[in-house]
Amino acid sequence: MTARWRLSLWIAVLLLPGLAVMTLFVAAPLVSSFRYAFFAFDGLLPGRFVGLANFQDVLTEAPFAAQTWRALWHNCIVFAALMATQNGLAYLIAFALLKALPGHRVHQVIVFLPVVLSAVIVGFLWKLFLHPLFGLVNAALALIGIHGLPWLGDERTALGAIIFTNAWHWVGFPALIFLAGMQRISKETLEAARIDGANDRVLMTQVIWPLVAPSATVVVTLTFIGSFNWFELPYVMAGATGSPGGATDVLGLYFYRTAFGTASSGLTDFGHGSALAVLMFLFIAVISGLGLRVLRRREIEV
Amino acid sequence: MSVTRFGLAALLASFAWGTAEAGEVTFWTWRQEDKAVYTDLFAAFTKANPSITVKFEAFPNENYNTIVTTALAGGKGGDVLHARAYGGLEALAKSGYYLPLDKTNVPELDNLPADALASESLRADGKVYAVSLAGQTLGLMVNKDVFAGAGVKVPGTWAELLAACTALKAKGITPIANGTATPWMDAIFGTVFTNPFLGPQWTADMLAGKTNFSDAKFAAALNKLTELKPCLPDGFTGVDYATSQTLFSSGRAAIFVGGSFEIAPFRRANPKLNIDFVAPPAPEAGQPTYVSRFFDSGFAVNAKSANAADAIKLVRWLATKDFAEPAAAKLGNISSLKGVANADPVLANVAKLNETAMPYTGLVYFRYESPTGTDLFQDGVQKLMGGTMTAQQVGDAMTQGIAKYYKPFQK
Repeated sequence: MTARWRLSLWIAVLLLPGLAVMTLFVAAPLVSSFRYAFFAFDGLLPGRFVGLANFQDVLTEAPFAAQTWRALWHNCIVFAALMATQNGLAYLIAFALLKALPGHRVHQVIVFLPVVLSAVIVGFLWKLFLHPLFGLVNAALALIGIHGLPWLGDERTALGAIIFTNAWHWVGFPALIFLAGMQRISKETLEAARIDGANDRVLMTQVIWPLVAPSATVVVTLTFIGSFNWFELPYVMAGATGSPGGATDVLGLYFYRTAFGTASSGLTDFGHGSALAVLMFLFIAVISGLGLRVLRRREIEV
Repeated sequence: MSVTRFGLAALLASFAWGTAEAGEVTFWTWRQEDKAVYTDLFAAFTKANPSITVKFEAFPNENYNTIVTTALAGGKGGDVLHARAYGGLEALAKSGYYLPLDKTNVPELDNLPADALASESLRADGKVYAVSLAGQTLGLMVNKDVFAGAGVKVPGTWAELLAACTALKAKGITPIANGTATPWMDAIFGTVFTNPFLGPQWTADMLAGKTNFSDAKFAAALNKLTELKPCLPDGFTGVDYATSQTLFSSGRAAIFVGGSFEIAPFRRANPKLNIDFVAPPAPEAGQPTYVSRFFDSGFAVNAKSANAADAIKLVRWLATKDFAEPAAAKLGNISSLKGVANADPVLANVAKLNETAMPYTGLVYFRYESPTGTDLFQDGVQKLMGGTMTAQQVGDAMTQGIAKYYKPFQK
């Protein structure tokens, strides 16, 4: 009994530093933002307790509600587009790498390289590339006689341009996860399928796809969380207001702008900002929790 | 959570920079580009007050509010803080983070005119919380060499401006450097060109609630902006502030629409730039034209400063000509203080234009509550120029947004 006690004590002591850091930097801010969400702010200090009024404002009252729903809609577009383009491409790349064609090791590194760059660097880089006057992209298009758009300045293309940048930046990460999943499939299974006459398309859709279900779970969940917490790239490329005219506004930017104000108006509003942060947290936690259950069940079925 | 990480960085910054030695006053600002000038001027202050040294610390403009807000909430922050004006001042002043200034602790407040004091006062208690640094004037900066080289006269009327655009473009020069990708610039761009079409009487009527932004006169003034589309750089909806500055300072564009605060950076970027500051074009020949004006920033004392006595000494000095005259000369601004002369001919020009200036309406009157007048206006101008909103829709959105908190609009 004493030995077991000592062991438990040891474990507790070893857990303490980590627990302290988590409490101080994760749990405490989370709890305080929950608390702030229920107060009206007078300047920077919590003033009156207002119950659920902040939540009601950001969900149903002008001028908040229109921006909240617009931002949420943009987050949904980002998620759908990243699933289709970034992760779809990642799956194809992973399959190509799996086939171990000549030079696949070099390509593996090249595909993964942008992932190690900071989002801020990637954002600035692509902002330059997409520049209407000095940008590489429009200069290249001009060579083949196309007059390029101001990609980040046009309301129709701005969000797409940032999603594209995100896909360029991140594609290596899901590719690596899929590749790891594919490499775990036994050679016999794949050879058997080949002998039965399966071509690449059949192999990818009928054989490998169900077998990499655990990898898909990870990729979908991470993409979901990333899409709804999206902040760095739009902040660097479009600014806190989601320029042009809110066409690139997402929940992260809207939260930041509401809580801390923009460069041109230093109005801070932690009450509504915290309400937004709490709603984002709940939305992501609940949906990704439910999504995980569904995806895990799918893994078992397979 | 990326947003959380961002906030954490700001918090850590506040811990790292919160300490000061005795006799040392830390000064916080977002004007990194003015570091050399301030360092020089603070050396002069230390000469006059040998026991006090001043430490200059700058933060990026975009994150300055966040960093100061976080630091002050934690009882840290610089002793003397570069403060924003109007609504930007209120958030921090209301929370009691700035020391109230009056004629007992800062007798030098007498050196400032009433509208400059008002820009750094809290509407609720009427107290002054910062010493106003400078007034800024919005108008056109023109490159005289580019105009002369192209054989084009600097335009004085709207028709002349459109004609000058055509003539300059024919010579391969971008007539106006501004793009619309940086929202806060759009509010300035819109104000500069619409104010002469609106005039002071309309503005007074609007403030009194006799008319509002849904008025046809406002829509007509906004529609004038769309006539300028051919004068702007190719792909102007994607041209941001930094690009516009480069186009002008490199001589590739003839006109830059902006504030007098741009003059000094332009000269630093290109010392040979032959720049002049002129009023925007008048609607018709013989009609009056107006530049637009506001006070933009000031110097506040951190209410929790461990070194308040020295901080007040610095702020008192900042409200005298000992600081204001060399600062105006070196920073290229128009001091808020009474009777500060400008030896520089361009700034003297600005000071003269100020005599008949109109206020930068969206900022001076409507930047206290959300949605601010400038936020609504910049969003509207960006969409108007991008072609996704009409002038009338922009005006209606502004009236509706401002009516949420502005009594004269609530009818």
